[in-house]
Amino acid sequence: MSETLLDIRGLKTHFHTFSGLVKAVDGVSFDVRKGEVVGLVGESGGGKSVIGFSILRLIEPPGRIEAGEILFDGEDLTKKSEVEIRAVRGGEIAMVFQDPMTSLNPVYTIGRQMDEMLQLHTELAEPARRARCIRMLEDVGISEAESRLNAYPHQFSGGMRQRVVIAIALLAGSRLIIADEPTTALDVTVQSQILKLMRRQISERGAAMILVTHDLAVVSEMADRIVVLYCGRVVERGRTEDVIAHPAHPYTRGLLDSIPRITDRQHRLRQIPGTVPDIRELGSGCSFRERCFRAQPLCAEKTPELAPVRQTLDAACHFPLEETKA
Amino acid sequence: MTTPVLEVRGLVKAFPVGGGIFERLRFRKGQLLAPQKILRAVNGVNLSIAPGEVMALVGESGCGKSTVAKTIARIYEPTAGEIRIDGQDVSHLGFREMRPVRRKLQMIFQDPYASLDPRQRVKDIVIEPRRAQTGRTMSRKALEEEAVALLARVGLNAEQANRYPHQFSGGQRQRIGIARALSVRPKLIIADEPVSALDVSIQAQILNLMMDLRDEFGLSYLFVSHDLSVVHHIADKIGVMYLGFMVETASRDQLFNQPKHPYTKALLSAAPTVDKALRKPEIEITGEVPSALRLPHGCCFRTRCPLAFDRCAAERPALQAQPDGSSVACHLHDQTSVARSA
Amino acid sequence: MTPFLSSEFAFNYRRNLPAVLGSALLAVFALMAVLGPLLVLQDPYDVSQLELMDSFKPPAWLEGGDGRYLLGTDGQGRDVLASIVYGARISAFIGLTAMALSCMIGTTLGLLSGYYGGTVDSVIMRVADIQLSFPSMLIALFMMSAFGTGIVMVLIALTAVGWVVYARTVRGSTLSEIQKEYIQAARVAGLSDLQIIVRHVLPNVMTPLIVVSTIQVGTFILIEASLSFLGVGVPITEPSLGLLVKEGFDVLFSGIWWTSAFPGLFIMFLVFGINLFGDFLRDELNPRLR
Repeated sequence: MSETLLDIRGLKTHFHTFSGLVKAVDGVSFDVRKGEVVGLVGESGGGKSVIGFSILRLIEPPGRIEAGEILFDGEDLTKKSEVEIRAVRGGEIAMVFQDPMTSLNPVYTIGRQMDEMLQLHTELAEPARRARCIRMLEDVGISEAESRLNAYPHQFSGGMRQRVVIAIALLAGSRLIIADEPTTALDVTVQSQILKLMRRQISERGAAMILVTHDLAVVSEMADRIVVLYCGRVVERGRTEDVIAHPAHPYTRGLLDSIPRITDRQHRLRQIPGTVPDIRELGSGCSFRERCFRAQPLCAEKTPELAPVRQTLDAACHFPLEETKA
Repeated sequence: MTTPVLEVRGLVKAFPVGGGIFERLRFRKGQLLAPQKILRAVNGVNLSIAPGEVMALVGESGCGKSTVAKTIARIYEPTAGEIRIDGQDVSHLGFREMRPVRRKLQMIFQDPYASLDPRQRVKDIVIEPRRAQTGRTMSRKALEEEAVALLARVGLNAEQANRYPHQFSGGQRQRIGIARALSVRPKLIIADEPVSALDVSIQAQILNLMMDLRDEFGLSYLFVSHDLSVVHHIADKIGVMYLGFMVETASRDQLFNQPKHPYTKALLSAAPTVDKALRKPEIEITGEVPSALRLPHGCCFRTRCPLAFDRCAAERPALQAQPDGSSVACHLHDQTSVARSA
Repeated sequence: MTPFLSSEFAFNYRRNLPAVLGSALLAVFALMAVLGPLLVLQDPYDVSQLELMDSFKPPAWLEGGDGRYLLGTDGQGRDVLASIVYGARISAFIGLTAMALSCMIGTTLGLLSGYYGGTVDSVIMRVADIQLSFPSMLIALFMMSAFGTGIVMVLIALTAVGWVVYARTVRGSTLSEIQKEYIQAARVAGLSDLQIIVRHVLPNVMTPLIVVSTIQVGTFILIEASLSFLGVGVPITEPSLGLLVKEGFDVLFSGIWWTSAFPGLFIMFLVFGINLFGDFLRDELNPRLR
């Protein structure tokens, strides 16, 4: 087993809003190993994006990291000062957002924005920085890289912009990339290009990635391991093949069943009834119990803890699903 | 043969862009001109939907599928072509003549947040198309009763009828939008990406509801989506669009089992899936969709097509019927040349 | 009332000192304007109540001051405080009426401009641009000198100056609202343009209007004061605050400062209060600025 790069233990990020306490992330633990892609999946309100922001300490008031450790290479990021964490952002850990337009500054050229990253995080001289920028753009599949350095973000299409953002993220030699819905705004044909590119760049550089997405199909193709979130808690985590083929948690099962399959077409999809509960009004017990077809009285009394169900799979459920024979 | 609920012939929609007349004023060669840039969103689309049938339009952003939907709903005025609803040509009807047509044709929108007026109560939203039809002939009380019944049909209760949209979740709002479309008991519902803004678990609920309603009310759908698995689930036949052109139409099984147009193949192979067995060797297509302000000459897909050859740049392929009943616009599937060489 | 008091709006208001201060100032002025005649001893425009003997009395706390005239008197023995109270009523009337008029005209033009776009929009907005390229005082001055003075003329001049702000604000919000799908839904429902504008667009562009209107009342009061100070505003029989300052100004250099200083200070605090409150409303109601 390869070395652990990031280890999140009992992370709690809460938002003290006017209408009540929102426990967006409530005791989340998982780890990321070197060279690995970990998918964070869940529906809106699951807390998946907040985890990404918490790692880089980009949580603004009224939000606050209340508890937990975020160990990156053994150092706790929650204990670092603002100055120290700034060196980590974009350096050791980079972030790719959903909308490439918001992460690129419209008034500076691509070249300048890339160069800025290198100035901040490396000691390279100007010609070396420029050469590296050009090589990086070529690596992410942008032709005529040299002249493209002088272009502004609006001169690129959506897919090209996302390539530039990825280039910037990879530029400073980051060891961990947090990609928050990186392809949600893109078309399928472009999405598959970008996903392949990210996969290749990660493995070539020996970096690791946290892929935050709502799209189970995308994680199932990209991730080595999957962490499924519901109402701010991890409900299931394990190797991708196991989670997709034999999920132990009824929520994961329900999510998978909700996706229309091209292989077998039924008149009705198996749906999860109801909607995500109001996260401010969660009591004790399993937060999925009201939508769960296996719920029993125990589920309302006791909050299930994440526990190993099978060798490569943990689930937080009192009555986990058996491994199905396919 | 029954009259199709919807029949579209040679639909063209072009949008002038570049602002008002003062913004466009230019001096050129001593003349004062106001040149107009034209965005060619839809370039001659044919389709027809039988009663009770579900047709899906798929394609990537900017392919014109939503514009087709909104032009048929007469949110936009068609630039050219014919739109027949239940046999009646509505392509150039004015606002007043269009009103009775709206009883047959309603629409469900993409964005569950923006498609409901935030200042209206849910019961007023739901009954708006009905009220526009009946004018003052129906009492407010009767209308409200209808609204409550409609909401009940889509799974919302009477108490919720007095609330405002912001008090509902995305899925519930989409149910409200569906109830609104149902209020006039239409024959055809145009659904513009109705589930793409929803979480998967909610998406399944809405798709199930739409299928149930089709059976119950004998509805036809024109279903616009970028998601092939959703389209496979709901559609009887599918039209694939690219840059405002229909490149392939086929029944669901034909399209998914034997896609013919290189773009259709690329779309199918690019779509991510949880089924490992379905992951096909990919048709590698590179680059992105060209601008609809300057269409490539010849075949619109040739700039990205791995199979493009000389003829593709010279001549624009027309949509041709294939022996198996599908239609494809691609020189590789040109029936006349196949016949000649045979 | 309880749900409002416990709302986020009320909560933010209580924590915003300038907003509380501004609205407190406004409340005091509003009370003065409404209850005015009951608060002061004298009707400054009833000649029979004036004592010429009491002319140019300094404020009560100064040497020679008179307890009956808290802020002193003017050349005709009028109580300055009473004049301010009566003047504030006139100023407030003009400010509010001009606001209502320009809001109606500007909103209508803005709705048409934003909804129909094209040539309608181009024409309306270019007129607005031309209007904005002149100082508003200049336009008002020009109109007043060309068409005469009087309260009605002041109102017309202020409306001519003020509609542009409304038209632009409404046009902007309209443009963003008509992009939204609920407008398209209304069209599919079979509503006419007029029905769509009245039922759907107008209610959704109202919020920024509240903010603009608050600030505009302050602006109008200031412009009116300036016009009256320059002598082209309200007639002497209906003196607004601005006219009071002007009247006092004539004797300012003979050491009688109170007749103009107090109305001037009053205008300042009034507009200050309006703007403080308006800023708070803007921050609260405009999500884009958050």
